Amino acid sequence: MEIPVMVGAGLVVIGVGIGIGRIGGSAMDAIARQPEAYGKIQTAMLIAAALIEGIGFAALFAV
Amino acid sequence: MEKLLNEFSLGLFVWQSLLFILLLLLLRKFAWKPILNAVNEREEGIKNALAEADKARQEMQNINADNERILKEARAERDTMLKEARDIKNSMIEEAKEEAKAQANKLVEQARTTIQNEKLAAITELKNQVAELSINIAEKVVKEELSNKDKQLKLVDQMLDEVKLN
Amino acid sequence: MQRKFTLNLLTFLLVLISFPSFAQHNEEHSEKTEIQNLSQEELDKAERKEYIKHHLLDSYDFNLFSYTTDKGEKKHIGFSLPIILWDNGLQIFSSSKFHHGEAIAEHNGNYYKLYHNKIYKTDTEGSISYDEEHHPINEKPLDFSITKSVVMIFITAVLMFLLFTSLAKSYVANNGIAKGIGRFFEPIVLYIRDDIAIPNIGENKYKKYMPYLLTIFFFIWFLNIFGLTPLGVNVTGNIAITFALALLTFLITNFTGTKDYWKHIFDPLGDSMPWYGKLPLYIILIPIEVLGMFIKPFSLLIRLYANMQAGHIVLMSLIGLMFFFKSWLGSPLSFGLAFAISLIEVLVALLQAYIFTMLSALYFGFASEDHSHHEEEAHAH
Repeated sequence: MEIPVMVGAGLVVIGVGIGIGRIGGSAMDAIARQPEAYGKIQTAMLIAAALIEGIGFAALFAV
Repeated sequence: MEKLLNEFSLGLFVWQSLLFILLLLLLRKFAWKPILNAVNEREEGIKNALAEADKARQEMQNINADNERILKEARAERDTMLKEARDIKNSMIEEAKEEAKAQANKLVEQARTTIQNEKLAAITELKNQVAELSINIAEKVVKEELSNKDKQLKLVDQMLDEVKLN
Repeated sequence: MQRKFTLNLLTFLLVLISFPSFAQHNEEHSEKTEIQNLSQEELDKAERKEYIKHHLLDSYDFNLFSYTTDKGEKKHIGFSLPIILWDNGLQIFSSSKFHHGEAIAEHNGNYYKLYHNKIYKTDTEGSISYDEEHHPINEKPLDFSITKSVVMIFITAVLMFLLFTSLAKSYVANNGIAKGIGRFFEPIVLYIRDDIAIPNIGENKYKKYMPYLLTIFFFIWFLNIFGLTPLGVNVTGNIAITFALALLTFLITNFTGTKDYWKHIFDPLGDSMPWYGKLPLYIILIPIEVLGMFIKPFSLLIRLYANMQAGHIVLMSLIGLMFFFKSWLGSPLSFGLAFAISLIEVLVALLQAYIFTMLSALYFGFASEDHSHHEEEAHAH
């Protein structure tokens, strides 16, 4: 576990955080715009967030 | 990654796979199939019941419509019957009136003709009597003439006056 | 909620009770020499770290809690589990022979020692030789022991079997209406069918996958919840468990894959291009698709493992902070935080089970989709 690898993992986690944040924010906007589609938006949000999260974990465990 | 591989335990993996597949097979046979079937059946039942209720409501509506129609028809029939009866009554009254009028007219006519006839008869008789009288007068006059001409004339005049008065 | 609260309270209390003894336990152990020269504070820190690490791992005995008597003697409350090894024949003995890792177990003339939660074959002295990176090079027998995790899996499996068979029976007994405790799970079963399986797999094919999706959802959920109880198990936070689950998803995905699924992997462009046009693209595309085939279940296994592991670490660390602060301000603060985090963990337990099921359903949907069928339908309309 050299320092550069750890910094890289940190960068990946920052990216993942931004990504999931954007997904969450967009989902909120979408729900505000179409409250009746709440269920579908939530499902899509969770799937997208889970996929991005996977990359984050992969980066963390690759360290 | 190295940590993950270090943590990996083959024994646990084997046990987990074994127990999980066993659980999956057992649950599939004894739990999920009956549960899903029961739920499906229930949903079908609810769907059918709803359809049935809808049908019943439709039928009910039909029956109501029928009832309405029959009632309407009956009312119309009653109306026509009443109207007919009224018409009949009116026509009967009319007829009776008509007949009475005719009868009255006939009676009047008859009376009139009778009167006419009587009048004619009376006139005829009068005429006959006048004629007889005239003849009588003429006889008398003729007789008088034989005696006194003046007297005879006077008599004729007198007689005639009398006739006129008549 | 009330029950969860009680459970969390119990977790907290039990951890509280067991803490000092574990600390003692570790102090007397392998790290003893390494931490002798450190200050008391650093000592405590190391103890806590070791305790948390220990908690996250599987263990060979079912230890509920332990304490130290006034005489400095350790007492472990719990029960031993059988050790099953394949070492020139089946070797079965009780884990009590290890004395919680303190002793060398002797069985049929072989000597075994627990070192960093793994069983190594040693000599009578229990000496372990290391390579230059401080990894033990002793022989490791094939280990099929009934560990704490295996016991928990077994308990969960039995519980699920009883629960759902009773639910199934209650339908028959009550004319299609669920009764008893199973009633609580019926809406969840329906949710998995209506909101996970049908939208992702499709009306026609979802039935085939339902048993797997239901089993995996409840299995992960129950084990996640058990992880939050004072039993102190971390089953779904174990890489072997999540690997087994993800492997099953992978196998089902690929064994039920339709022609279109394989075509999508090995011939994604189809007839849109002549073969000489596709060839250079496929040199890049096919490896990516094949890699994707493996990355999907891999992300499943990593996600579940990492989430549960992370949750346990955060919870244990916050509880550990209470002992670190030892003040009227800091400790209640850490307690509040630990409490809040454990509430979130209850949500995460459900969410991870949901996501695992959801993504499995999504992959099954990819595998079982039928392009030509859809096109026919589209033409028919």
